[in-house]
Amino acid sequence: MTDQAYNFAYLDEQTKRMIRRAILKGVAVPGYQVPFASREMPMPYGWGTGGVQVTAACLTPDDVLKVIDQGADDTTNAVSIRKFFQRTADVAVTEATAEATMIQTRHRIPEQALTEDQILVYQVPIPEPLRFLEPRETETRKMHSLEEYGLMHVKLYEDIARHGSIATAYAYPVKVEGRYVMDPSPIPKFDNPKLSDCAALQLFGAGREQRIYALPPYTQVVSLDFDDHPFTASKAPHDCDLCGASESYLDEVIMDDAGGRMFVCSDTDFCASRRAEGHVGRLGAAEAGK
Amino acid sequence: MSRMETLTTPLLQVEHLTKRYGTRIGCADVSFDLWPGEVLGIVGESGSGKSTLLSCLAGHLTPDQGRVIFDTRDGPRDVLAMGEPERRRLSRSDWAFVHQNPRDGLRMGVTAGGNVGERLMAVGARHYGDIRAKATDWLGRVEIAAERIDDRPSAFSGGMQQRLQIARNLVTGPRLVFMDEPTGGLDVSVQARLLDLLRGLVREMGLSAIIVTHDLAVVRLLADRLMVMKGGHVVESGLTDQVLDDPQHAYTQLLVSSVLQV
Repeated sequence: MTDQAYNFAYLDEQTKRMIRRAILKGVAVPGYQVPFASREMPMPYGWGTGGVQVTAACLTPDDVLKVIDQGADDTTNAVSIRKFFQRTADVAVTEATAEATMIQTRHRIPEQALTEDQILVYQVPIPEPLRFLEPRETETRKMHSLEEYGLMHVKLYEDIARHGSIATAYAYPVKVEGRYVMDPSPIPKFDNPKLSDCAALQLFGAGREQRIYALPPYTQVVSLDFDDHPFTASKAPHDCDLCGASESYLDEVIMDDAGGRMFVCSDTDFCASRRAEGHVGRLGAAEAGK
Repeated sequence: MSRMETLTTPLLQVEHLTKRYGTRIGCADVSFDLWPGEVLGIVGESGSGKSTLLSCLAGHLTPDQGRVIFDTRDGPRDVLAMGEPERRRLSRSDWAFVHQNPRDGLRMGVTAGGNVGERLMAVGARHYGDIRAKATDWLGRVEIAAERIDDRPSAFSGGMQQRLQIARNLVTGPRLVFMDEPTGGLDVSVQARLLDLLRGLVREMGLSAIIVTHDLAVVRLLADRLMVMKGGHVVESGLTDQVLDDPQHAYTQLLVSSVLQV
């Protein structure tokens, strides 16, 4: 079997139509989880089978694709998905956020503001924000349709009761346009404010759970909180040690077994372009000299 | 609404309520009125249809015939003709349901405070401090120590779980409480404390309640009025003391004489 035996972007056209229908419905009802007939993909569940199907259904031969995993372009998941689409769709790929027309992401939103010409596709493991409190699917569907979201606050209440503050740091629940409560996929809550009023179309695909949902451009997205414990977008209280950025989301890297550590931007493209512009962080010079 | 008007409208009117399971009868042609502040006991042996009746009233089961008219804040309405969103809203705000097994009525993975606060959050409370203060207050009212507020119900004894379930149900100030064997599965000394507590809360809050039980001592203590059921039918009803002290129907006579004397 040769690569030519595959249809453009792996999936057959009927499957893409089916997925596009689900996407259109998702765009029409922001935050609503649309069931779709998820296909078996040539990668394990948990590796972005939902995101890949959404990307495949949206991809055109002129698109420029960027794939990130936890903000990085060069981790296993990102590399394998990028290669998959290079091989099955022969599209141009990039690591630069600004050049991409389509970005598939796992657990991060790029630091650079997105534009109206871009589509951001999220890989979602568990799309149901109420799942861990209410195991029955019939019940959670009813709760969504009747807008009974008191239970979501019980989760936040438990956080404060146990930890003194809302300890949920990722997959922080949001309310979309005052209607549906949505799981924004496991992005850090630092990224939650970027969901709202975003110029790009945001699509969410959950392959194993067979759900697609969407945020059309400029949708209002509010993170849930209490009046006396308001939502805060938290990050490590440091500057990036490579590029010196103070406003980006940071990864902590353990350097040795003597307590040495460094903080670096999780968005590798953001960090690299800042360093190319001449910004240098605390350890940036030493790194460059290596 | 003036007090006179309140007293002229029953809180709950049940008319010819019938539920069949295939050809078998769950409950048949049950009619009664429940007045504000009144506690109605429903007694009968296992399989007499008392739990079916309670489930139909609370909207957990759909009856085949009959009407259930509840005096909502906007006037009397047929509960069975309501849409589901409205009925669920009613069951969060004006109604409460105390299950026999506290595990059915509690979230076992959520702390005591979260359990009590859930109903508050479900009707729109969004201030953590207020929710917690109210939860602490209610734990106190059901005699659970305030320092247990962050423990899960799985760490509680059976009696405490049942009291927690009561606090969770009463925190939003419902007007009608359904109780299905609230003392079932508890030992007698714990039962006595729970009954004492319930009696206090019902009187203090002016609650109306429907209590299903097979324990005649429970209804003697709590209920103003009594209905005796057998084979899905109501065989006798009246004031509690009247029915228990001067039973008219053969089955009621048997039931009363079956109580063991210590």
